[in-house]
Amino acid sequence: MFFKKKNSTGTEKEKSHYLSAKETREIAKQNARTIRELERRKKRIASEDEYTTQMRDENNIVEFDNLHTYFFGDAGVVKAVNGVSFDIPKGATIGVVGESGCGKSVTSLSLMQLVQGPRGQIVDGSIRFNMGDKAYDIAKMPLSEMRKIRGEQIAMIFQEPMTSLNPVFKIGYQMDEMVLLHTPNCTKEQAKDRSIEMLKLVGIAAPERVYDCYPHELSGGMRQRVMIAIALSCNPRLIIADEPTTALDVTIQAQILDLLRDIKTKIDGSIMLITHDLGVIAEMADYVVVMYAGRVIERGTTKEIFENPMHPYTIGLQKSKPVVRRKVDRLYNIPGQVPNPIDMPNYCYFRDRCDRCIGKCKEGYPGFIQVSPTHSVSCYLYENAEEESNV
Amino acid sequence: MSDMQETNVVENESVKAEEVKEVLPLDPDALLEVRNLKKYFPVETDFFGRTTKYLKAVDDVSFKIKEGSTLGIVGESGCGKTTLGRTILRLHPATSGEIYFDGKDINTLNTKEMNALRPSMQIIFQDPYSSLSPRMPIGEIIGEAVLEHNLVPKTELKAYVLDIMKKCGLPYHYYDRYPHEFSGGQRQRICIATALALQPKFVVCDEPVSALDVSIQAQIINLLRDLQKEMGLTYIFISHDLSVVEHISDYVGVMYLGSMVEYGSTDDIFNNPMHPYTEALFSAVPVPDPNVKMNRIILIGDIPSPINAPTGCKFHTRCERCMEICKSVAPKFKDYGNGHKVACHLYPQED
Repeated sequence: MFFKKKNSTGTEKEKSHYLSAKETREIAKQNARTIRELERRKKRIASEDEYTTQMRDENNIVEFDNLHTYFFGDAGVVKAVNGVSFDIPKGATIGVVGESGCGKSVTSLSLMQLVQGPRGQIVDGSIRFNMGDKAYDIAKMPLSEMRKIRGEQIAMIFQEPMTSLNPVFKIGYQMDEMVLLHTPNCTKEQAKDRSIEMLKLVGIAAPERVYDCYPHELSGGMRQRVMIAIALSCNPRLIIADEPTTALDVTIQAQILDLLRDIKTKIDGSIMLITHDLGVIAEMADYVVVMYAGRVIERGTTKEIFENPMHPYTIGLQKSKPVVRRKVDRLYNIPGQVPNPIDMPNYCYFRDRCDRCIGKCKEGYPGFIQVSPTHSVSCYLYENAEEESNV
Repeated sequence: MSDMQETNVVENESVKAEEVKEVLPLDPDALLEVRNLKKYFPVETDFFGRTTKYLKAVDDVSFKIKEGSTLGIVGESGCGKTTLGRTILRLHPATSGEIYFDGKDINTLNTKEMNALRPSMQIIFQDPYSSLSPRMPIGEIIGEAVLEHNLVPKTELKAYVLDIMKKCGLPYHYYDRYPHEFSGGQRQRICIATALALQPKFVVCDEPVSALDVSIQAQIINLLRDLQKEMGLTYIFISHDLSVVEHISDYVGVMYLGSMVEYGSTDDIFNNPMHPYTEALFSAVPVPDPNVKMNRIILIGDIPSPINAPTGCKFHTRCERCMEICKSVAPKFKDYGNGHKVACHLYPQED
């Protein structure tokens, strides 16, 4: 809707990768117009009624509904998140898996309204967040109001702890900052007490010493613990963990996963765990969402996804990862690569790599097919299965 | 400059040592044999420029690899896996120890002899984004070393490079493209093609799939295995991903703080880990099956600094089954049958 449709014949497509200066200018002009409008919407002063909504189910903490987050680049619009819908129930851990570039991180950043603007914008859809007595639509909230939620209601743990901690400030300062900002009438002493309490909670043996350290004095595992402590210091209702253990060693990863599980029971919150490691998901998550090229392709409980994976991509993903003490002669590999995000086909995005595709696969993107109350898949292969189960 | 001097000294010393010591006969099956290899990096010098502190990145490591097989090296970051791989190729001069490649101790070779040997020992690096020159087209990158070593005449170079590219699954029209036009998986294929263009016998794969996505990982692992069968290659496969190592290796060496703590065939190591560190490491790997209940051994604390490594057994600070003797005496690296070697006091130390 925002960009010029390109020719779709094979040879033309090869060429269309290279844009002429005129085309680029055209795209840039269009983008500027759209971005201006969206930025204005984000910075407006809005009354609370404008972004208050109703949750579909009161037991959910977050409901993503047809979320679209686009990046307006000079080569075209990248649809990083293209119609994502799923729910995060209260007190549950939900795992989001997918390859890099499939939009898992952008989904979580949209939830925090942290998508890098002005190029990245939430274009369409809604993210309903349950505040307890009322619900807000985060996609419509102006930036100034967002501060009430960010950090206080939803906290985030990033992948690389060294880049998310400021190297020139002491750990204590960075922790106190968060507490002071979100607690009204809080003194510095109270903030320090709270920070040290949090450091103790995440299992740091000498919290007073770490409080006075600079980030570079700590190891990777310790830094990640500090990040978790900062995230927890305002009692958030939802923690987003964006690949929290990818940069860590296996033994340290085991420590951090253990800690996250402990903490979830202690604070009684929900966790949205983003990772590409299926092992971590199997161990931590209650529900799994599988994403591919900006869309959710399968969602269900962990048991359903691992015991009865349905989408060919989910099956391929599980078969392509070697598992310790389970011998296979040759790894399954999914042929080809993810399609170019600027020029997505108008049929199933996985069709070109799929070994089970049928004639119907080229007729538009498949909708969701409910296989069980909790398990749904976006693939034409299971259309009949649904009819059977309905009868 | 100081590095050069260091090498010379080391070379002379090892030559002398060979003259004095009775040299054990080499295993005729082994393509590569490493004996008591050490690599220390100087980290602190006193007022007169004499080194007072060393970082012992590789400390007394010995092993051998049969021709056509794969040795996997696993361990946490900072345990010296990469340094070991690079020292074997003499990309770092070794501090002491012998590396026999094809019956020759490569530490004693001079630059000319070493250069002649280089094509048969290659390395594939971890990060395919930083190991390709952004200013050269793919064909030139792959052909550069081939031309340097005069493996094929100039007129046949292009055909040769295209042939290698085909083997590595790269279409011929990539020949004139630049690295930035490719995804991570394709770049890793280019790196593999660059290494294999020299017709090596032995390749060090230094975390070749760590930077890649799961589905691309499988493609690259399958490619490496196919090429091994086709060309009879010998691999050292360095990785921190145990499941990948189990899949690709015939033998596995587990490293901790610069030393090898356990070595054996893949089956032995994975089904019967003997060293407490190996056990803990394996139990920490998440299994993608929600029904599997893990008996996890969680190691407390972090890996100690290799500059001030603990005395005795290096693992004793984190070991659950630590005894008094572990704190003072370093255990011997001993064979407990079937080539399964362990360095741990839990097992009998006498011969």
